[in-house]
Amino acid sequence: MTNLNMAKALNAALRSSLADDPKVLLMGEDIGTLGGVFRVSDGLAKEFGAHRVIDTPISESAIVGTAIGLALRGYRPVCEIQFDGFVYPAFDQIVAHLAKLRGRSGGRLRVPVTIRIPFGGGIKAIEHHSESNEAYFAHTAGLRVVVCSSPGSAYDMLRAAIASDDPVIFYEPKRLYWDKEEVDLAHAPLASVLDAAVVLRAGTDATIVTYGPTTRVALAAANIAQQEGRSLEVIDLRSLSPIDIDLVNASVRKTGRAVVLHEAPTFLGLGAEVAAQISHDCFYSLQAPVQRVGGYNLPYPHSGVEDEYLPDVDRLLDAVDRTFEE
Amino acid sequence: MAPDVATTTPDVDAPFSVMGADGHLLVPDTTDFGEPLDVLTRRLYRDMALARRFDQEAFALQRQGELALWLLCTGQEAAQAGSIRAIRDTDFVFPSYREHTAAIARGVTVAEMLPLWRGTAQSSWSPSDYRFNIYTLVLGTQMLHAVGYAMGVRLDGSDEIVMVYVGDGAMSEGDSSEALNWAATMQAPILFMAQNNGWAISTPNAKQFKAPLHTRARGFGLDSYLVDGNDALAVHLTVREAAARVRAGGAPAFVEAITYRIGGHSTSDDPSRYRDDAELQSWIARDPIARLRRCMELEGLADDAFFDRVAAEAETLAAEIRSVCVALDPVPLSSLFRNTFVTETLALQREREEHEEFQGSFE
Ligand SMILES: Cc1ncc(C[n+]2csc(CCOP(=O)(O)OP(=O)(O)O)c2C)c(N)n1
Repeated sequence: MTNLNMAKALNAALRSSLADDPKVLLMGEDIGTLGGVFRVSDGLAKEFGAHRVIDTPISESAIVGTAIGLALRGYRPVCEIQFDGFVYPAFDQIVAHLAKLRGRSGGRLRVPVTIRIPFGGGIKAIEHHSESNEAYFAHTAGLRVVVCSSPGSAYDMLRAAIASDDPVIFYEPKRLYWDKEEVDLAHAPLASVLDAAVVLRAGTDATIVTYGPTTRVALAAANIAQQEGRSLEVIDLRSLSPIDIDLVNASVRKTGRAVVLHEAPTFLGLGAEVAAQISHDCFYSLQAPVQRVGGYNLPYPHSGVEDEYLPDVDRLLDAVDRTFEE
Repeated sequence: MAPDVATTTPDVDAPFSVMGADGHLLVPDTTDFGEPLDVLTRRLYRDMALARRFDQEAFALQRQGELALWLLCTGQEAAQAGSIRAIRDTDFVFPSYREHTAAIARGVTVAEMLPLWRGTAQSSWSPSDYRFNIYTLVLGTQMLHAVGYAMGVRLDGSDEIVMVYVGDGAMSEGDSSEALNWAATMQAPILFMAQNNGWAISTPNAKQFKAPLHTRARGFGLDSYLVDGNDALAVHLTVREAAARVRAGGAPAFVEAITYRIGGHSTSDDPSRYRDDAELQSWIARDPIARLRRCMELEGLADDAFFDRVAAEAETLAAEIRSVCVALDPVPLSSLFRNTFVTETLALQREREEHEEFQGSFE
């Protein structure tokens, strides 16, 4: 086991993938010499060469578009989009091409492209640098969309994402980059880590379904609730498409209450989908309507008020309280 | 007569200069700068000196935690002052995000400049007040906005032109190429002002493009100019000439100003990871403000009293920056609910009221 922060765990995953498979390539803005603005690819250009860790021109559409071409040629590109708010120039390539080539070709083509996106707020950043745009991609059939939430999950999931033959949108919560834990770099991660939700904390009274940056918020809230005599189960979805709904349902059938939590705006966010599925599948087990807690339905605000915008422990516990109201 | 820079710039290695490195004038005494040279140089010098001081103070405030981020325009003052002063005040300008010299010259106030970087608001000035749009961080996108604005100018039959600033790195975005093509095919009255400062964060020109920017623009059918971006007079002369042609109904113009980003990309950046100190030092030696000052002294265009006055004004500005900055409080979140649509929707109104009630429950 090695004590690593999440940026370093991701770095280790990229290194292992580059070492194991000569077809793996990294592409992105400032990822080579600089090692990426979050240093996730630090040292890799030196170790594997500028032909495998490619500093690209500033063209997100070209990064994804050429990654598709490289994948068709047998390579396994891992693209970095520098910040969440800069993925939109590549939207057409992702949604119209990357997602659809498999289906459009009648299952003949594979496009094993991974797109890493540092995402979310809480780091006092300037506009366009704090967005949670996962719903756009989760809404698009043909893309796997996953979110890591710790150094260990980051390492396992990124390795599995790169090894996957499906395209994967891989979200990295920026505010967790510097969180540390013991990571097992020795084992080969299972492909199933891309599909499976995880119970982060077992509980009996209500289920919190969340992912990425807000897993921390949910765990903190569960601690406080515990002191008040309420036992919260916290589920980390990890995969937003597909969703491991069986695990969620099993929990909700046990607790009878569910709150879905994420940073993204609630309107048509992942919470809407999860709440709809729970309501359908667990209707007769539910003691209260499923609650959703998320960002307000606004553009991400200036950092001076982001703490007010971001769902926090208070807003989560308030929603939990509502599931106990008569 | 201004030199015909449009036809004298095919040589990539020789951007047009008006001043030598030591500040002496390379052009004939009879060169028409559009106004007396002492008036012009004093204006440009003041713009540049104030912007430099602004940068220094903002940088210090960031280091003290009063600003979340700052992007220095240090080294690029001549490219900005020379260009913004060469068009009419009524010509609309689309900046990128590093055009502080141009913004200050257009009159954007300290209280309007700082909130974006302090995190107390997003953009804070009204573009119509200064004919200067708010900053755009998403690279290259403002070029299309500028072309569209210029199409509107043309449809209106106005004699305005539009100027848009862009960096060397942003020129790699698809939007940039589309903007050049559209400008040409729509005969838009627009002038692209490219500041090639050598670097896009850690990425040098050599990894960004192979054909020089100004030749690329020429390939799209624009009138293209290459100018020494650390020479305020050369930039001014070139942009004035280019703007006059655009205004007279000529092809859209593209001016590539060769300059250098003296600071890191931003206060979060560590340029020592990717660039040579020797390169940096060679550009510090080509400082655009010192160069203009030497020219003014050599040519007797200003005396010490003038330079002292500007220095004093810069100190006053620095003090104002500090006092204004620390007093800036965040615009409340409720204003975002109100401003997301022209009229707050019922859904947002309900959400805002819930939010206010929830916040209120802690007070
Ligand atoms: C669409 C988009 N992609 C990436 C970024 C991140 N980014 C911000 S500035 C920058 C470099 C821009 O370089 P250049 O255009 O040369 O301007 P400079 O910063 O040097 O003034 C990058 C990659 C962005 N802002 N927008």
